[in-house]
Amino acid sequence: MTTAMPDSFAADSVTRYRLRRRRQRRLILGVGVLTLVMVLVDISTGPGHYPLRDVLMTLVAPGDASEALRVIVWNIRLPVALMAIVVGVSLALAGAEMQTILNNPLADPFTLGISSAASVGAALAITLGVGIVPFADTLLVTGNAFLLALAASLIIWGVSRLRGVSVQTLVLMGIAIMFFFNAMLGLMQYVASAEALQQLVFWSLGSLGKASWDKVGLATLALCVTLPVFLHAGWRLTALRLGDLHAQAMGIDVARLRLRILLCCSLLAATAVAFVGTIGFVGLVGPHIARLLVGEDQRVFLPMSALSGALIMSVTSILSKTLVPGILLPIGLLTALIGLPFFVSLILRSRKEMWG
Amino acid sequence: MTLTLERLDCRLGGTPVLEGIAGLEARPGEITALVGPNGAGKSTLLKAIAGLERADGSLLLHGQELMTLSLERRARYLYYLPQELGSRAVLNVFEAVLLARRTCIHESHERALRKVQATLQALELEPLAERELGQLSGGQRQRVAIAQAVTREPSLLLLDEPTSALDLHHQLQVLDWLSRLAAQRHIIVIIAIHDLSLAARFAHHMWMLKAGRVAASGTPGDVLTHARLRDVYAIEAHIEWPDDEPPRITPLTAIHSLGR
Repeated sequence: MTTAMPDSFAADSVTRYRLRRRRQRRLILGVGVLTLVMVLVDISTGPGHYPLRDVLMTLVAPGDASEALRVIVWNIRLPVALMAIVVGVSLALAGAEMQTILNNPLADPFTLGISSAASVGAALAITLGVGIVPFADTLLVTGNAFLLALAASLIIWGVSRLRGVSVQTLVLMGIAIMFFFNAMLGLMQYVASAEALQQLVFWSLGSLGKASWDKVGLATLALCVTLPVFLHAGWRLTALRLGDLHAQAMGIDVARLRLRILLCCSLLAATAVAFVGTIGFVGLVGPHIARLLVGEDQRVFLPMSALSGALIMSVTSILSKTLVPGILLPIGLLTALIGLPFFVSLILRSRKEMWG
Repeated sequence: MTLTLERLDCRLGGTPVLEGIAGLEARPGEITALVGPNGAGKSTLLKAIAGLERADGSLLLHGQELMTLSLERRARYLYYLPQELGSRAVLNVFEAVLLARRTCIHESHERALRKVQATLQALELEPLAERELGQLSGGQRQRVAIAQAVTREPSLLLLDEPTSALDLHHQLQVLDWLSRLAAQRHIIVIIAIHDLSLAARFAHHMWMLKAGRVAASGTPGDVLTHARLRDVYAIEAHIEWPDDEPPRITPLTAIHSLGR
């Protein structure tokens, strides 16, 4: 959208603002296209070595493909690739908004113990042996995960409302919550049957291996519920980064906004954990990449965070299948191993002081 | 079209901070200086007017009771500029000022952009439009905060020591500009300020607080007397009101402890 401007306005602040916005949109588009390419690579990668062209043709015209290829692409690889995207988006959005509302660069569902709480919720459903019908089981595990994630979030929110509580205290509280729920998870692993233990390990390491269309649908539903809330609160969330007092002076009910956003973050973290297990790092780094690329105006920060999270998860999904041929590595381990050096280099290269 | 403080009491953590504040009035088109020593309750009074501190009493703006309005509705009429500068959000100056406007005024994006540009030009901030907040000096950051306040076009502007981080040039520039803004837009501007010479020079009206109570109110000439400076600030001062020069209030000696 180029607007013709008279020469006298050639370098005015509005023109420069528009140029910056255009650069930001191009960056978002670029990361979006890159993510799409990675999804296609993800779908073409797997134990059965099918040519890329055949896989792509199966996506476009499934009726013309062989039965085996159709099942592999549509029932196995595509749900896994899409689950990677949806979980990446969910975790990065949750991390971005938690960092925003708690004014803390270390906040994300993993570091504040919300993922651990969700894991314990999911583990409770498994060890209690509830759920025979697969779809109902999925809902129960997610519901359990959400309830405990919510409880952890409410503790953090409650502490944040106490007068004089610093952000450091909140992070310490989050770490305490994480230790508590990790201990609970350990206890359940200790008493669990061999079969249940195997499933619990799945949650603690993180894996896309159990992705299905049902789960992709439910995780997408959680995104559809929360995303409008984030978008609607875009300006207010941006204002929150100026500090509580400045945001309140702008007429923003900071406590209510924090609670609403925390509930949404809990839902996103809970669905992600219930379906793919505990995956750290994505919710932490996705928003940091976005912040460095486009800044913190939520109109661009939010989509860039989501796409960064999706890209990280998609690339990690590909690597989890290709690093050791024939073995599907736990994705939760890989996100940390691959992403952490990248994160450190970003921090070291950036000279910006982002958090006051 | 005035702000009338009929009665205001405020307690923080059980301790009374403002007691029996009453009979104060601020008029549109004028600057009202809020003065008093540290701990007198200046910031708390501004926050209580803005609805950021819980207070009891009655506040009328253009005849409308403010105390019953929600924070959001109050923010449509007034804006409180905190003393503390905001954290270092990764936003540039233009985005930060646009943010302040968009959280208050519903209008076309194009109009918002032009209004922000006009505000930046008026405060000589346009060359810094692309600079990120974290890269600004304290004084520049303060001017951006003032731009954020002004761009919301409030009827009542509450500024908590807006010149404390500014150099002499920008102190005069900002106060002169606020004075013209108040007159042109016919808005009420209340400034908490420590520099009594600047307050006397730019304010039409003055409220002086001492230990959470009103010590005096009126024109600067009425309020700033030797006896009152001795009583409220515990200082001996040299006070000059030359006809052709700005007033000068020069502190000479501290005479005893303020006791608070």
